[in-house]
This record gives sequence, C-alpha cells and structure tokens, in this order.
Amino acid sequence: MKFLCLTCDEVMAFAERQLPGDGTLTAIFSCPSCGREMALLTNPMETQLVTSLGVEIGGRTVPEQPFQQTRTSMDSPRDDAFAPQAAEAASGPVVWSGEASERLESVPRFVRGMVKRIYGDYARERGIDVITPEVMDRARSDLGLEGM
Amino acid sequence: MRETRPDPDAPAAEPAATPRRLRGYADVAHETKSGILEQVVAQGARLTERLASVGAVVAIASGKGGVGKSLVTANLAVALADRGARVGVVDADLNGPSLGRMLGLLGERPLDGPDGIVPPTGARGVVGISTELLIEQDRALRWKGPGSDRFVWQGVTEASVLREFIADVVWGELDYLLVDIPPGTDKIGRFLDLVPQPSQVILVTIPSRVSLSVVARSASLLAEAGVRSVGLVGNMSGYTPPGAESTVPLFAGEGVGQLADSTGLELWAEIPFDPEMGARTDAGEPSGSDGATAAAQAIERLAERVERGPGGREEAR
Repeated sequence: MKFLCLTCDEVMAFAERQLPGDGTLTAIFSCPSCGREMALLTNPMETQLVTSLGVEIGGRTVPEQPFQQTRTSMDSPRDDAFAPQAAEAASGPVVWSGEASERLESVPRFVRGMVKRIYGDYARERGIDVITPEVMDRARSDLGLEGM
Repeated sequence: MRETRPDPDAPAAEPAATPRRLRGYADVAHETKSGILEQVVAQGARLTERLASVGAVVAIASGKGGVGKSLVTANLAVALADRGARVGVVDADLNGPSLGRMLGLLGERPLDGPDGIVPPTGARGVVGISTELLIEQDRALRWKGPGSDRFVWQGVTEASVLREFIADVVWGELDYLLVDIPPGTDKIGRFLDLVPQPSQVILVTIPSRVSLSVVARSASLLAEAGVRSVGLVGNMSGYTPPGAESTVPLFAGEGVGQLADSTGLELWAEIPFDPEMGARTDAGEPSGSDGATAAAQAIERLAERVERGPGGREEAR
C-alpha cells in the first residue's frame, strides 16, 4: 500500500502509528515535499488482517520473537505449554526486582517467556541492570508494547 | 422506434476532460517506510535459513480428509528414524492435530529459547511440533480477533502460524522434515506459498473413487506448481482377515494403480489396512517398519523410496 501526494507527485512516507486499543489502527503518512499529512484509519477486521501477517506497520520496535504470532493469536492455549530454556543471554543476566517479577507473573505463561525476553533485551541494550516496574513502563512506551 | 431529439434548452455539453495521468503502484518505486514489505521478506529469509540445515522437506498431503495422512506420516517418520535418519515432523493440520499424540509427544513441553522453540522428542527420537501441544486438551483451536468477518483474516493467521512452525523451531541438523498437510487442495497451495519446492511430496489416497478423484486434483495442482518429485501412496489398499491367507479389497474399482496411470505419478507404496498398526499409532508408538506384516513392509518400501528420492540420504551418496 502506497500513498501518493497528488499535488507534489511524491510518495507519502509513514510517520506514526497509533493503536487506540479498540482493535482499530491509525497510521499517519506525510508528504516529504509539502508536509501535508493524511491518516489511514482501519477497522478491527482490516487491522487484524495486517496483524495476521505477523508484521507491524511502521516497522518492528523489537525483533520478531519465536512463535510470536502463534502465542499472541491462539485463544485457550495451554498456559504451561512451553518450558523455559535455562540459558541466559551472553551479555549477562538482568535482575528483576520483586515488584517487577510480581508484575511479570500476571502475564499469561503462554507468552510470559517471550515478554520476559523482550524486557530483558531492552534493559541489556540500555545498560540497565535491574528491571523495575518503571523500566517496564518505559519499555512499553518506547517499544510500543501494547498489551504486554 | 422513438426518436430522441436534442433538448434546445439543455446546456452545451462540456468538452471531454483529459484523464489525469497518475502514477500507478508499479510506477512508484519509492518505499513508504511502513516497513511491511521488509518484514515479510525477513520472514521468508528466516524460513529459508532454518531449512538450510534440513536435507529434505517431504510433504505428506492428499487433498482428501480421512485417508490416513497422519498415520502414514507418523509411521514413515519412525521408519526413517530406524534407518538412522534424523527426522522432524510438522503437524500442519492446525485445526485437527493428531501427530502430537501419534508421535508420543503429548506431555512433553517445547522449550522456549531465544533462538527459537526447541521441539520435544517423541517415538524413536523423532522431534515434532503440533498445535496439539499448545492448546488445552479437548478445546477446539480458535484465534483471537474480531468475531465478524473471521473468514477474511483467519487463513492469513493460519499461514503465519504454519510459517512459525517451520521457521521458528530449532530443528537443528535434520535429514528429513516431514510436513503433514491438512485436507483441502487449498492447504497444499498454502504450504507451497511457504515452501515452493519441497524435495518430495507424497500424495496419500484410499482406493475409493471419491478419494481418487480429489487426489487427482491435488496431483494437477502440484504439476502446475512445478513440484518435481511427487509419489502416490495407496492407503487401506486391502485387508487380510485374521487367519486368512489372501487380502480382500476394501473398496470397489480399479484402485490406486488407475490413478497412477492417469496422472503419470509413480506408486510408491500400497499399505493394507492393519488394525494393529492403527492401534499402536494411536497410542503414540507407531510401529513403522517393525515386524513382518504387509503394512510394515509397505512402510519400509516407502521409507526406502524417500531415501532414494530428491534430498534423500541415498540420493546424496
């Protein structure tokens, strides 16, 4: 899907994505020449169609995780379907504060390993040794982790 | 006939406007930075990379349901493993999974690792992945998403999940990755979208006229797609009652040989109905080529044929 600014005959560039939380999506594109903006609004079905491809409009904020589509799409999964693999990342372990661990416990186990890895990578990449609820909030905001 | 005259009071017609010359999609090479195309390309690259360590991808398909594809898959997998091959199995039948049970994988948990999902090991060292391992027992598979218009996106979701079942699993070095394709010729097409040139495709049929007719369509689809190595397997080709010496046909008609003649496909094996093989497979202990039964010998012939086929270990020698 491409958008053409008819005034400038320029391809409009993706600028911003918003997910209001009701299943709809807003993607803002702007013309690099004249700056004119337009918003693409998709209904829940159209949003789901894009989501089903396992892609994110505007590009990925974090690398695609193993079985991400499977884990985020399945209804009624077995909560304990996956066993965690013991190996830590080569750059060393990141410590989880008690409160952050408690918050992580509230994440369904089917996706918990994936979510934990995303927060861990976020902290490691920024030299953060201890993951706290504040770090989790910041990661959610920085990475656009809606629903995690 | 009624004559239409111009209305003298009507305003004069405007001269026809010149159509605007707009660039079309293909004329616009510039990327929009929405990143979708790059992500789809990256998904394909990941799948290719994962399959690089697999000797042969062997799809077991039919187009028809209830012909015993999963039974053939499970028994072929253990027969190949008994011959010393490293075998992985993808249960692509997301909505009607059975290979978790048939390969003795139930109760085993895939490992959640940073490099991917490590598949559990089942009968005779065969590793596998199936939605049967992931969903609550006795629950039907359902996908999250808007309830209405489900038909619009569900197929795309399932294709993405199948892609993950192949690309996100740490298969390691495998000689064979068997993929059990669910019923429906569209599902064969969906698989070919992910793996356009599987090393071999086994089309399973039973000798009923209806099944033969459906499988003929699947053969046609594979021919159109340019899949080079396709073989037929006739399942339930007959039955030898206990104590009897001769095998009786279970279906009327000329059998799978007729389909082989009409499609030009080679008949790789005919497997007679064997209740013992069925029972063992259902119990998660497929017999493969164990024993001297006609069914075991047919499975052994099938394993030999796969080994000799494209990507097979004997072809590589």
